[in-house]
Amino acid sequence: MSSPITTEHYLVLSAMLLLIGTVGVLLRRNVVVIMMSIELILNAVNLNLVAFSHHLQQVNGQIFAIFIIVVAVAEAAVGLGILIALFRNKETVLVDEIDLLKW
Amino acid sequence: MNFLDLIWLIPILPLCGAAIMLLFGRNLSKTVVSIICPGAVLGSFILSLGAVIQLAGLKERTHQVVLFEWLPQLHVDFGYLLDPLSSVMILVVTGIGFLIHVYATGYMAHEHGPRHGGYYRFFGYLNLFVFFMLTLVLANNYPLLFVGWEGVGLCSYLLIGFYFHKKSAGDAGKKAFIVNRIGDAGFILGMFFLFQVTGSLRFTEVTDALRSARFGPEVTHFGILSLTALLLFIGATGKSAQLPLYVWLPDAMEGPTPVSALIHAATMVTAGVYMCARSNALFALTPETSHIVAAVGACTAIFAASIGLVQNDIKRVLAYSTVSQLGYMFLAVGVGAYWVGVFHLYTHAFFKALLFLGAGSVIHAMSGEQDMRNMGGLRNKIPITFGTMFIASLAIAGIPGLSGFFSKDEILWQTWSAPELGSKVLWVVGFLTALMTAFYMWRLMFLTFFGEPRMDEKTKHHIHESPKAMTIPLMVLAGGSVVAGWIGMPKVFGENGFMQGLEHWLAPVFESGKEVAHAAAEHGAAAHHDTTMEWVLMGVSIGAALSGIFLARHIYLRMKAEDRPTGGFIYPVLLNKWYVDELYDFLFVNGLSKGGGTLMAKFDTNVIDGGVNGTAWLTRMVSRISMWYDTWIVDGLVNLTAFTVRALSFPVRFLQTGFLQSYALVFMAGVLGIFGYFWWGR
Repeated sequence: MSSPITTEHYLVLSAMLLLIGTVGVLLRRNVVVIMMSIELILNAVNLNLVAFSHHLQQVNGQIFAIFIIVVAVAEAAVGLGILIALFRNKETVLVDEIDLLKW
Repeated sequence: MNFLDLIWLIPILPLCGAAIMLLFGRNLSKTVVSIICPGAVLGSFILSLGAVIQLAGLKERTHQVVLFEWLPQLHVDFGYLLDPLSSVMILVVTGIGFLIHVYATGYMAHEHGPRHGGYYRFFGYLNLFVFFMLTLVLANNYPLLFVGWEGVGLCSYLLIGFYFHKKSAGDAGKKAFIVNRIGDAGFILGMFFLFQVTGSLRFTEVTDALRSARFGPEVTHFGILSLTALLLFIGATGKSAQLPLYVWLPDAMEGPTPVSALIHAATMVTAGVYMCARSNALFALTPETSHIVAAVGACTAIFAASIGLVQNDIKRVLAYSTVSQLGYMFLAVGVGAYWVGVFHLYTHAFFKALLFLGAGSVIHAMSGEQDMRNMGGLRNKIPITFGTMFIASLAIAGIPGLSGFFSKDEILWQTWSAPELGSKVLWVVGFLTALMTAFYMWRLMFLTFFGEPRMDEKTKHHIHESPKAMTIPLMVLAGGSVVAGWIGMPKVFGENGFMQGLEHWLAPVFESGKEVAHAAAEHGAAAHHDTTMEWVLMGVSIGAALSGIFLARHIYLRMKAEDRPTGGFIYPVLLNKWYVDELYDFLFVNGLSKGGGTLMAKFDTNVIDGGVNGTAWLTRMVSRISMWYDTWIVDGLVNLTAFTVRALSFPVRFLQTGFLQSYALVFMAGVLGIFGYFWWGR
């Protein structure tokens, strides 16, 4: 038997992505991986929005998702630019070694 | 054309020339300069000649032109006075001045520099000098005379130091200026006294006052008038280079030769004689001072002549000769023979200017060499210079028929016949001076023009007669040196209006008032009848002239250089000018400069440096206070703020771990907390 994919499936997938992203942000040392984890979190949100948009038969959520994709691109560009500048100065991309703003 | 009212133009023309030269001379070519400057003086000469001829036609031979009121407090105008005395002076100044200007166009032709800078500057100064000299002799009062007096001193300073890049020239200029200051102080004081006594400074009023009955012997003998005359005479000793202030004149030979001829022989140095002659009423009243004048004049004459005997620089011989001849003039003034002093001034201007210009021509031919030991045998090489100087040397030696003979002989005769006690002694001094004069002048002639040439080959090859611009003035002056004396012949030669022309011409200026009790007049008149004595004295002085010449010929032409008498110890003394310069250095110059130097050094260390150091110390103190304030108050407040913030932040700041993921964790915890609040809290 084949059961149709319902909205719940999407939400569960979204929650799993969110969890993986959060754990990645909190535990990984490499900034590049952290940024990838952030992308996971954002895409979890996107998935949520698109799922509810389908569920409610309204287009608003999809428009929001596109906005988030654009913002994520911009964020990635700016974030990677900062990262490159940081690497040039510190020669590292590991967050536990970047602790200048310490008390 | 009324020249008499135009006499103010006589000084103005050279002033215009000087102004053009000194303002625009840079842009004028040498030709234009050579036309304007001598032209201005020639214009003055023509105006002077016209004015003098018209003056001769006047009944009362004085004419005053007042330009404007100058010093009302002293009753002094800016006015010019033409009378027989000043007419002689302006003719000498403009006539001989013109010839010397013409000569200078040739002599200074090689003057180079940035755009012939020396040339126009030289002529500008020369014209300025003529202006001041004419102001001096034409002034109708003492202060205006003093303006000219100082002006010629300034020009003398500028022209002596004309080659200012030479230290010796600059020093000579300063020496002339400073030595003259001493005399000028006397002159100024004399003027003050004169104003005090007579209440005026105009020549005519002073003379009238002095000749009036107000001044009897009881006022004049060793009184304030004697002091006044003495102070004026001190002024004259400075300007006219008499003992003890003569030292500047020999050094003044550093200037170009036309300057020596014009300023330091013919005109400026005679200003003192002119001034004393102008003040004749005063000197006639003060026999004591007149004795001093005569004694100083005689001493200067023989003293300078003795130095002139041994000098080797051709211009220095002439310089000492000038000092000596000026001494003669003061001797004449001192014995009361004022017109004779002016007469000698006038003949001396011709032959001494000629001698200087001739010497300049010799120096020109010798490529700048001035030492007579390196000359010799120039007679045939530069015949015009030789011929003219020959005449001048005969004239100054006192050979009969030439101008110097008449004036010098008249001085000696007047000295002999003066009633005063020491007049015979003064005559002996004058006679010895005449002997020496003939000797040193002919020593100069024999060393320069006769004998074997002693210059090196290069100079010898270069010897040439000077250009026409130089030789023509020489010839004119030579003619003057011959005939100038003919208007002042002694009465024993016969009496007529021409042969005693100068005496008659000057008589109105020098006539002693009837009230003046001065014996010289009648005694002199009585002595004039003693014609035998006059002939004898004349013969004696001719003998002196001839024996001087032949002695010089014997020593400097016949004898070999090594056979010449050395003169024993006296030679170095004379060669070193009696060590007067050294004495003055020792007495005054060193003391003043050293004492002044020490004083200045003390002043500098203690007051100037003290002031500077005090300021520095004060600044340091102020800055120390300022630093303390900055450190403790300003910095203190800033640090206190920082410290307070730091202290207050003590527990909280440890939250700032600087570790990104701890912030993310807190963030996450915050999100979960808010989520939990809404999940369970409601």
